[in-house]
Amino acid sequence: MSSITDLGIAQLRDGVREGTFSATEVATAFNDAVAKAKPLNAFIVETPEHALAAAKAADDARAAGETLKPLAGVPIGMKDLFATKGVQTTAASHILEGFTPPYESTVSQRLWDAGAGMLGKLNLDQFAMGSSNETSYFGNVISPWRRNDGGNAPLAPGGSSGGSSSAVAARIAPGATGTDTGGSIRQPAAFVGISGIKPTYGRCSRWGVVAFASSLDQAGPMARDVRDCAIMLEHMAGFDPKDATSLDLAVPKWEAGLSSDLKGKRIGIPKEYRVAGMPEEIEALWQQGIAWMKDAGAEIVDVSLPHTKYALPAYYIIAPAEASSNLARYDGVRYGQRELPEGANLQDMYAATRAAGFGEEVKRRILIGTYVLSAGFYDAYYTQAQKVRTLIAQDFENAWTVCDLLLTPTAPSAAFTLGEKSADPLAMYLNDVFTVPSSLAGLPAMSVPGGLDKSGLPLGLQIIGKPLDEQGVLNASLAIEERAGFTARPEAWW
Amino acid sequence: MSVDTATVKKVASLARIAISDADAERLAPELNNILGWIEQLGEVDTANVEPTTAVIPNSLRLREDVVTEPDQRAAVLANAPQGEHGFFTVPKVVE
Repeated sequence: MSSITDLGIAQLRDGVREGTFSATEVATAFNDAVAKAKPLNAFIVETPEHALAAAKAADDARAAGETLKPLAGVPIGMKDLFATKGVQTTAASHILEGFTPPYESTVSQRLWDAGAGMLGKLNLDQFAMGSSNETSYFGNVISPWRRNDGGNAPLAPGGSSGGSSSAVAARIAPGATGTDTGGSIRQPAAFVGISGIKPTYGRCSRWGVVAFASSLDQAGPMARDVRDCAIMLEHMAGFDPKDATSLDLAVPKWEAGLSSDLKGKRIGIPKEYRVAGMPEEIEALWQQGIAWMKDAGAEIVDVSLPHTKYALPAYYIIAPAEASSNLARYDGVRYGQRELPEGANLQDMYAATRAAGFGEEVKRRILIGTYVLSAGFYDAYYTQAQKVRTLIAQDFENAWTVCDLLLTPTAPSAAFTLGEKSADPLAMYLNDVFTVPSSLAGLPAMSVPGGLDKSGLPLGLQIIGKPLDEQGVLNASLAIEERAGFTARPEAWW
Repeated sequence: MSVDTATVKKVASLARIAISDADAERLAPELNNILGWIEQLGEVDTANVEPTTAVIPNSLRLREDVVTEPDQRAAVLANAPQGEHGFFTVPKVVE
């Protein structure tokens, strides 16, 4: 048998159920892998005892002849944006350093209730603001991948869920939670050759998730394959009365509903998802994806989403505006760090605390958000962006009259090197060009690995679906996965 | 629309973030670059378009007006940088 850490969520779950190995063996194997992988800087806090406690509960239940919980024996990584009771939760910021929530986020609680254990809290871009994991107060996450040119240039694992993507790709966690505001699950999944789905807005509770842009933020799973994502999502999603935007709907049995037969499905190819300077290999992969969809029985339809080019600028008004409001709560009074210069009054304390506690990208976005919401500019920027958002959502609604799902590349490039884009915020923002439109419209969307570029780095394909059609998204992604046969993995250098 | 250093400082003060003159000098061109880019939204004709207020149609629920989690004072104060007598404490605001 291959090593335990080579197994995914479904295999671990089934193996523990069947007694092939114990949950404690699984937890120990992954805890050891995590401990050895420090050079990736994927974890901010490691919690081997949490993983072991969940494993012991699973092993005890099995010994007692009880029915095992659905995720019994499966340890996962938890993005450090989810509040975890008694375990430091920082959103990768200095301002929340040392914050130990006295409560548990709904999503993490649901995963623990399903029997999962926690390997630790995963690094991310500070407050989920970034596409490369270079904005964490706790240092950059390094992708386990390297280019095949013999150079050892450290590569970005994508962002903001870069600790999650790095950990899953490096086989130090079989699955991890992510959150996606403008592509923060899908772009990092694409960069490291794993799968990740952002469900319909409202499927997963945002309660206890550190807020970035509340009308966009949505949690989802990141794992090695589509089935593992379906399994994890089933135990993350669900109605939560504590989140007013939570959808009061039953959670479908996505794993049981998996089928890669796409007969009768119409797949739309949006012509606007071709950007200047996009590598030829990404265009080629997209064409390959179209061929795979046909092979799976689907019909291909050309569609137009005419407002696509306005999605990014609208996003970079709406997300900072909501962030400036959400992050107003960090003022040094109720939790986190406080800076109190000698003789400072209350206003000085707020300003000093926020100046010292937030990183550069967070400050930049708070300032943009404050500016676009300020008197005199509100209508010209914020209201106009919200109107453009309506048009973007209408583009998708129009597309759904002729197709069931959309196929696009996930990102306009493969992973770039750390530092390559960090000096130019705008260049970094442009990396989210294919993931942001579906976020603005609240639609379910998934990235699956499709192949490698000429430097040996993974490239992802994205499937976008109608509201609540996670099953359709998962199934089309499964059709790609089966045909792509993506088995490449990074060689361990850490 | 161009943002000068005085505007950056004003916005920073509205956002309650202390910034130095040097920071303001550095941030002004950065913010101008980003704001200049997002101004392309002005091209879009939105005369008869309603702004999006909810992404997925979903009516907001009201919960019962009852206490659900009593006696959480210790938990609420547990992470306070400074607390006294069961309250958050801040620098004196009234002489």
